[in-house]
Amino acid sequence: MSTEKVKKTVPYTVPIGPVHPALKEPVMFTFGMEGEIVRTVDFAPGQTHRGIEWMGMRRNPVQIVHLTDRICGICGIVHSLSFARAVEQIAEIQVPERADYIRTILHELERIQSHLLWAGVAAHELGFDSLFYLTWRVREQSMDLIENLTGNRVNYGIVQIGGVRRDISDEQRVLAEKGLDYYQGLLDKMATLFLEDSTILMRCRGHGILSEQDARLLCTIGPTARASGLNMDVRQDYPYCAYGDLDVKAILPPPETGGPKGDVYDRIIVRLLEVGQSIGIIRQCLENLPAGEILWEPKMAKLLAVLKKAEGEGIGRVEAPRGECMHYVKMAGKEAPESWKVKASSYSNLMSWIPMLQGEQLADVPIIVASIDPCLSCTDRVAVTRNGRSDILTKEDLSRLSREKTRRMMQ
Amino acid sequence: MKIPTSFNRSLWVFHLNSGSCNGCEIEIVATITPRYDPERFGIRLVGSPKHADVLLVTGPVTKKMAPRVRRVYEQVPDPKVVMCIGTCGQSGGVFYDSYNLDGPIDQVLPVDVYVPGCPPRPEAIIYGVVKAWEKLERLEAEQ
Repeated sequence: MSTEKVKKTVPYTVPIGPVHPALKEPVMFTFGMEGEIVRTVDFAPGQTHRGIEWMGMRRNPVQIVHLTDRICGICGIVHSLSFARAVEQIAEIQVPERADYIRTILHELERIQSHLLWAGVAAHELGFDSLFYLTWRVREQSMDLIENLTGNRVNYGIVQIGGVRRDISDEQRVLAEKGLDYYQGLLDKMATLFLEDSTILMRCRGHGILSEQDARLLCTIGPTARASGLNMDVRQDYPYCAYGDLDVKAILPPPETGGPKGDVYDRIIVRLLEVGQSIGIIRQCLENLPAGEILWEPKMAKLLAVLKKAEGEGIGRVEAPRGECMHYVKMAGKEAPESWKVKASSYSNLMSWIPMLQGEQLADVPIIVASIDPCLSCTDRVAVTRNGRSDILTKEDLSRLSREKTRRMMQ
Repeated sequence: MKIPTSFNRSLWVFHLNSGSCNGCEIEIVATITPRYDPERFGIRLVGSPKHADVLLVTGPVTKKMAPRVRRVYEQVPDPKVVMCIGTCGQSGGVFYDSYNLDGPIDQVLPVDVYVPGCPPRPEAIIYGVVKAWEKLERLEAEQ
């Protein structure tokens, strides 16, 4: 919570959160208001910090995979996949090709359900509840498909170190193709509903603008960055799993809609186009699904023995529906990893709220906050304070420390 | 105070996230959407705890959220029912050994209905709401 005193003069302080109907997760905003216009913005996350990294350093990697599922309920596969990839790198485990393809299929299915979820929430924040209900009804189709393939609707538990825990049978393939046809037929309708509707156009065009320069300076990632015109996508820049074999290009707002402007409307466009892209990727994967094993080592005791001996550092990067997600793992020949750091996608995007919200009306706050698709359960980390002084280092502090270190090393 | 009978047919629910992973949140929202459609029985999510009959609490109650959870509970008018959605609110679940929890939820609030699952399916949540409804009717009859 902000410790700033509540002011009695202009600009007025309006606190929102941590429990507020416009927010889906606890986060505390403090707005400095001049009439209806937001002048200053501050926010304090940290309400959903559960100490997952700390717990992870007391468990073995196979247990952590199931813990990573529960970092965030929406990006279930993203975290487990990037953690597994980091550990596989350390233990030099070769993932079978079929497992890589199955991982890609589920990764993209997750993107479809996550983007539809977001589209529904965005419609709800605009007060367009019939569209929210429609979006969530069609989203259930992808949930059914995910349940059929993994056994769970949320927190799939499908990724295992060295592969996946369930195969895709021929019957499931037919089912998946049917599901994709359903979404293919729906895409045009969704595009019309979202992009040609005058309410959405009015509320989203020109609101919550994040310029290309700001997006670059604030290290924004994912659809938020792409809507501002940054051509970046981990699937394109550093292909992993089966993406190397596939044709994946970062999606930017197309010239037909006026090119990237970086407003809320562009973020809707990017996400809707990505649903179409995901359908294409899953189709390619299902067509070229290679035969073979799905696990590097099916025997758990053997796998654990290999992981116990592993030593080194690894980084797993994947493109989550919200942007790049990165896991850093360091193993030192013990059962539990010596270090584990999660950089979730929303972590990089949260700061972009500040330029987006400044100068907007209070009524536009919910849709702008929702437009980056924030996921606080992924993001909330701990900040170390010593003797009541928080250790936030400025650039000057860092360069001073760097100079001091050089001096020490010269002696 | 006697509750007018016209209120009996609709059950309004307030949802409170006490540090959950979002899994239960999306299943709760999925529950109110057209496939399950509990609104035909008058069950709906409301924006203020002061309008609610039922408080849905998800998550393992982080230290920062515990005072807020208590405050929201106090704002829900009597008679009220508290539902705990998800395994981590009941036992801590995968977060059982975390240093930042004041939970499980029943250490912070009196819980009436537990819906286990990580996360529970929408069907399970609806079943839990039915149980909560039965309890609420019992509480009202006692008044």
